Amino acid sequence: MSTPTQQKQCFWQWLLLLPFIALLWLPFYNQQEPTLGGFPFFYWYQFLWVPITCVLLYIVYRRTK
Amino acid sequence: MSGHEIHWLALSVFIFFFALVTIMGFVASRWKSGDLSQLHEWGLGGRRFGTVITWFLIGGDFYTAYTIIAVPALVFAMGAYGFFALPYTIVVYPIVFLLMPRLWSVCHKHNYVTTADFVQGRYSHRWLALAVALTGILATMPYIALQLVGMQVVIEQMGLGGEGIVGDLPLIIAFFILALYTYSSGLRAPAMIAFVKDIMIYIVVFAAIALIPLKLGGYGHVFELAGAALAAKNDPAKGLILSGKQILPFATLALGSAMAAFMYPHTTTGVMSSASRDVVRKNAIFLPAYTILLGLIAMLGFMGLAVGISVKSPNQIVPSLFENIFPEWFVGFSFAAIAIGALVPASIMSIGAANLFTRNVWKAFINPNMSHEAESRSAKLMSLIVKVGALAFIIFLPTQFSINLQLLGGVWILQTFPAIALGLYRTKLHPQALLLGWAAGMGVGSWMAFSIGIKPVYPVVIGGDTYAIYIGLIALALNLIVSVAANGLLKLRKDYAIMDQTNATDYEAKDA
Repeated sequence: MSTPTQQKQCFWQWLLLLPFIALLWLPFYNQQEPTLGGFPFFYWYQFLWVPITCVLLYIVYRRTK
Repeated sequence: MSGHEIHWLALSVFIFFFALVTIMGFVASRWKSGDLSQLHEWGLGGRRFGTVITWFLIGGDFYTAYTIIAVPALVFAMGAYGFFALPYTIVVYPIVFLLMPRLWSVCHKHNYVTTADFVQGRYSHRWLALAVALTGILATMPYIALQLVGMQVVIEQMGLGGEGIVGDLPLIIAFFILALYTYSSGLRAPAMIAFVKDIMIYIVVFAAIALIPLKLGGYGHVFELAGAALAAKNDPAKGLILSGKQILPFATLALGSAMAAFMYPHTTTGVMSSASRDVVRKNAIFLPAYTILLGLIAMLGFMGLAVGISVKSPNQIVPSLFENIFPEWFVGFSFAAIAIGALVPASIMSIGAANLFTRNVWKAFINPNMSHEAESRSAKLMSLIVKVGALAFIIFLPTQFSINLQLLGGVWILQTFPAIALGLYRTKLHPQALLLGWAAGMGVGSWMAFSIGIKPVYPVVIGGDTYAIYIGLIALALNLIVSVAANGLLKLRKDYAIMDQTNATDYEAKDA
């Protein structure tokens, strides 16, 4: 039943899985080093994922309806 | 500033801003004017809010006063573990982006005011709708009560308050004012006040994160001192990174909280009051700005550790820190920001709960012939009752009771995820099966929480190994298993059918 456009939309939506993987798999970032501006890695990595998630959402926003 | 000495300068600034938003609350009834005797006007602001208003409204409503008090308190007490709030409020937005535009479209198309309205339409099953409505009301009540805790903490810090009913008088007056303008203006009041609240909070937080590290010699030094303070506690669970045992609780709490967040009546009310599907989609992109703010607020916990503040309860860490570093007039400003920060979510929560009660309890089961005017009247009255109930909670019961109930509320609201979220994706599950799954999740989730003295994570033993997992997620897994199994059994019946009043296209419908 799904039209080609719908399939294309589904494809882009997979991008939204990235924040889940990046933030829920703790071995990626549960460490102090390297620090950035005094922030241990554990913290600046989490902060960094806020703008990354915004960008991913924006990409999916543009590609879907 | 402690004890019962009243701090007049701080108090005057506080009262000035409180009075300002009170006037705004009443004036709001005329803003984007509509006929407030209609429920969608009173309770959803006429579904007229654009991108900017919705951003302030949902931001002001999701990141509550209690958050501002409790997140730094947890960081102050535990260190890294308290930061689960950050992954939580990041991964929530992909979920919002996928689910909420669909919710907006179907609710706009069918004029649904609550999530339980949607469930009723989607499954034509009033008992399932009732389950969703009652869960929503039950989960929201303690949440409102906790907003009062936020307000109470700052009022006490200014030297007001104290023992007995007289000590609670400032809180009672503040809440009475809130109840009155919510009654008269509906959702327009918190929407208008949210502007002031959010801007004030942004100013306070940016002042704090600029000033404090300057005084302490930079962020590196803040982390160094905080790390040393945590290490002195000699507990592997308290540090700048997670201990091995905290990894699973941290991740499951973040995920479970994110899945639960937009099942609550106050957040969905914010979504439904948007003017268009595109407003909802855009907000999912821009709302994470508040997550940065939340992360900075969480940092206040480390600053408290670095300064070496000692407090009776971790909840006092933020107000104590502000008193330590800000001049007195700005202390008043920052306390006003927190107190006003309590008003916005408390108001929206009471509206969301009142809408649920009116549409899905009263109208569905007691008086189906309600006129539109009667609906609006009932919701207004109910918003008062809900708030008085929350106030009684805080005044007559120990605060811990509300904290425990709010924690349980998260477990409970997550049990409506299958009916609402899977329903939005048109997964074919029979309402009776979903109701059974809901009951299983509610029962087992509550039992698990009680059996370990109301804590969020439960140690599950699988093959000799212990895994500490957020109870809400365990209960949700069981809920889904029961729903799918029961659905399989129901399918064997010849009369198996799901009466769905919605169409696939309704979920993607644009405006009007």
